[in-house]
Amino acid sequence: MAIRPDIRTAEAATDSARRGRRLWLWQIIRESRQAKVGLIVLVFFVLVALLAPWIEPHSVNEQTGPVYCEPSVHHLLGCDDGGVDMLSLLIQGGRISLIVGFTATLVAMIIGGGVGILAGYFGGWVDTVLMRVTDYFLVIPDLPLAIIIAAVWGASLSHLILVIAILLWTTTARIVRAQVKSVRERVYVKRSRSLGAGNARIIFRHVMPQIAPLLVANTVLTVAVAIFDETALSFLGLGDPSTHSWGQIIEFAFLRTAITAGAWWAIIPAGICVALVIMACYWLGQAIEDSLNPRLKVSYLSPRTFRVRPLVGRGPSAL
Amino acid sequence: MSPITRPETAGASGALVEPPLLEVSDLRTRYPIRRGLVGALIRRPRRWVRAVDGLSFSLRRGEMLALVGESGCGKTTTAQTVLRLLEPDSGSVKLDGRDITSLPSRDLRPLRRKAQMIYQDPYESLDPRFRVRQTVEEPMLIHGVGGNHDQRHVLVVEALTRAGLTPPDLFLDRYPHELSGGQRQRVAIAASLVLGPELLVADEPVSMLDVSVRAGVLTLLDQLRRSGTMGILMITHDLSTASHFADRIAVMYLGRIVEHGPAKEIVRDPKHPYTRALLSVVPKRDPRDRTNPQILTGETPNPVAIPPGCRFHPRCPVAEPRCRVEDPVLHRVRGGTIEHEAACVLV
Amino acid sequence: MSLLEVRDLHVWFDLPDGGELHAVQNVGFSLDAGERLGLVGESGCGKTTAILTIMGLLPSSATVAGDVRIAGESVLAEGEESVRSHRWNDVAMVFQGAMNALNPVKTVEQQIIEPMEFHEVAEGEEARYEARRLLEMVGIPRQAGGRYPHEFSGGMRQRAALAMALACNPKVLLADEPTTALDVMVQAQILELLVGLSDELGLALVLVTHDLPVVAQVCDRAAVMYAGEIVETGLVDDLFHDPRHPYTRLLFAATPDLYGDEEVVSIPGAPPRLDREILGCPFQPRCDRAFDRCIRERPVLRHVHADRLAACHLNDLAAGNSDVHRTRATK
Repeated sequence: MAIRPDIRTAEAATDSARRGRRLWLWQIIRESRQAKVGLIVLVFFVLVALLAPWIEPHSVNEQTGPVYCEPSVHHLLGCDDGGVDMLSLLIQGGRISLIVGFTATLVAMIIGGGVGILAGYFGGWVDTVLMRVTDYFLVIPDLPLAIIIAAVWGASLSHLILVIAILLWTTTARIVRAQVKSVRERVYVKRSRSLGAGNARIIFRHVMPQIAPLLVANTVLTVAVAIFDETALSFLGLGDPSTHSWGQIIEFAFLRTAITAGAWWAIIPAGICVALVIMACYWLGQAIEDSLNPRLKVSYLSPRTFRVRPLVGRGPSAL
Repeated sequence: MSPITRPETAGASGALVEPPLLEVSDLRTRYPIRRGLVGALIRRPRRWVRAVDGLSFSLRRGEMLALVGESGCGKTTTAQTVLRLLEPDSGSVKLDGRDITSLPSRDLRPLRRKAQMIYQDPYESLDPRFRVRQTVEEPMLIHGVGGNHDQRHVLVVEALTRAGLTPPDLFLDRYPHELSGGQRQRVAIAASLVLGPELLVADEPVSMLDVSVRAGVLTLLDQLRRSGTMGILMITHDLSTASHFADRIAVMYLGRIVEHGPAKEIVRDPKHPYTRALLSVVPKRDPRDRTNPQILTGETPNPVAIPPGCRFHPRCPVAEPRCRVEDPVLHRVRGGTIEHEAACVLV
Repeated sequence: MSLLEVRDLHVWFDLPDGGELHAVQNVGFSLDAGERLGLVGESGCGKTTAILTIMGLLPSSATVAGDVRIAGESVLAEGEESVRSHRWNDVAMVFQGAMNALNPVKTVEQQIIEPMEFHEVAEGEEARYEARRLLEMVGIPRQAGGRYPHEFSGGMRQRAALAMALACNPKVLLADEPTTALDVMVQAQILELLVGLSDELGLALVLVTHDLPVVAQVCDRAAVMYAGEIVETGLVDDLFHDPRHPYTRLLFAATPDLYGDEEVVSIPGAPPRLDREILGCPFQPRCDRAFDRCIRERPVLRHVHADRLAACHLNDLAAGNSDVHRTRATK
């Protein structure tokens, strides 16, 4: 018996609760003001970092003004203790901070995602072993690790990235594992398996697309943490001495008595930049996460919050 | 317990009739109940959930057998074991004469082409990110059949048409959330048909659909098996559906079949006390049709603690003292056709 | 004066894109003590929304119009206070899937006592005594009250939910799909219980379900809902033997009967969208007896007999002769 091809009626709004909308990332971002702001801020900083060589007013390698000169038309954010233009330093610093942040996150995602998928999908002893390894890494204290690596192998950008990635992948692994475990139990995955699909096909075609949105949210949030970690570690002197990330800018300013000199422009702008980027990542990541998790929405039945409309002479009543 | 086979009468040429499509013999599947660390340390005796406990039945090509029972009777476990999605502990499952219980894993792939499952929940059984086209095409990609892209497209369209989704072009690019429950179930059926299976196991295929669309899907299953080569095992708790659409009904209780036979005969002349009670409480459409319901007391018992003797005797309204001791075997009932069997000492 | 009276009930839901979903359209029915009314329909027809409105449990995106009177008192127009005094005291509800919504960290007994204390019906020792009495009434052994929901089977949990609904001695019980997820034997037990309670306590029962045979067994009268409105009401016997709306007839025809041999048929198509105004009869696209008037004009729910109402133009043909619903119409 043929079904009448009435697709429109199949979309009867009354059924939407059962089905759930298919949420594209763009849709989520479009619908959430929080996400939009976060994305715009993030894109702004990324663009500045990319275009650094072309937009920085002065070179960061030469002294272009007096030591700790105040903000002026010539130097919009003043100069540091070496007479280098602060704004240019900030722009260059953004490059480093963002590079470290994104790269460390990428490495953490690859490791954490891989571990999470394997542990969540295969379960059993694979899960147990991988989770014990994760626990081991989870308890490593971040600061001593960074200090040791810097002391033994020297402080460089790649070592910094490595340290941060080591610290971050475990959270991702756990989140991914939990998601994969739940997706694995979905009926359509079981159906694929009963059709004879192999593990690779199920993981790549069914599991990963399903966890991708949450993974994106998690990635964005991890970037925030990575940048924060980088700033903190750099501030403590563990950054690459040949670079000047925002954390290092603050570090230098501290070490070189900017405060006593009253040179607020040497510290505060860098701090604000870090805060803005982290906040932007949080807004974007949280917005994505919230819209993907319907259970975070407040429950439906509540006493007497609906409106009453007065009835204007309707038809006859039944019974 | 001997498997039920078609009476082997010699045909005109003297040849024997073909073996049934599916033959299950004395199947047993049990799950261990976890003792936990403490339980293992103090050596608490291990308890088992005997989900399937000596099950035997057969299914012929072109036939629909309804496996009926309440929750906990083992019908879903049976469905999964028959498709080798679960490993049985003992007994045999023969598909087309070949025992699949002992098949090594690498030989399971071809089995998946011959035997498919239709799942209960149409809202969950399709990947929400796959278009209908992709869902129906996937089985071919998994098994590397169907030819090139265009040839596969033809097969997809054919499967959708067979499943009643016409015109197929309207459905090819849809996502599951754009379809109704009935349409989704048809997509799932189309995806199963595309490989040309011989056995379809339908696990409560319509229980989550609206009443007004159920008949359409059930009629589709009916038509599919009438085409001759397919056999359908339908798992259901709904006796009315079973009596209307199935050829034969097998009633399960605590892991065993307690009665089976032609659908109409089982419904009109049930012999086993459990079947009789079950049928008596099925609500009828006609308000004037108020048969005296024989409501059994208590809950459906746990397959952990199976009573001795006849497993139904604690709830049986006509139990005799010997029922506590004797475990009845399926045998032909008095006054029924040769295919009507029940496991009760009183019939 | 009826115990429960619903008149001209409309419910709209705000949609995210700005429109409105007209989920319940001009619904009305009434109930006296000891009566059992079935509210029948498929998913999306508005039956659950209608009874949630009686309880005053709709979200803030809902707008309601109409009149709901419990024991003569109108409960919609006034504020939360007036609804609250009736909720659970006069009208109680067993929700769909209630057996899965029991609080897992409280014993069954505690969950029955809770509404009693909240509504100040009883407290302390008296409440405990009442709770045990209720448990026994619904068929749960008294001692089992101290157990937690996960220790019960599905049927027992449903009985517990029933006991909770009866905690404050309501006069009207609204049951939303009370037996849908249960085995047929347990279903029979629960239905027997509901009928017993209705007879013994004089409880008025509104049974919301999609399962026609259940309504046929339990209820005296029924109202069939489609696309948010009631399309036919009457005695269940009349609905089956003498339907005056094609949807009623087709719904019965789509339900397989245990012994019947008639062909079981599907109804092609799907219900209409409720976020836009429907021109003509909402059932017309799927109706096998529709004619041109059905496309132009929306039928109104009218009396076809005493106590029988239907919303179908066919009833105007042949001066009320119901054969028009049976014989093949010449289109």
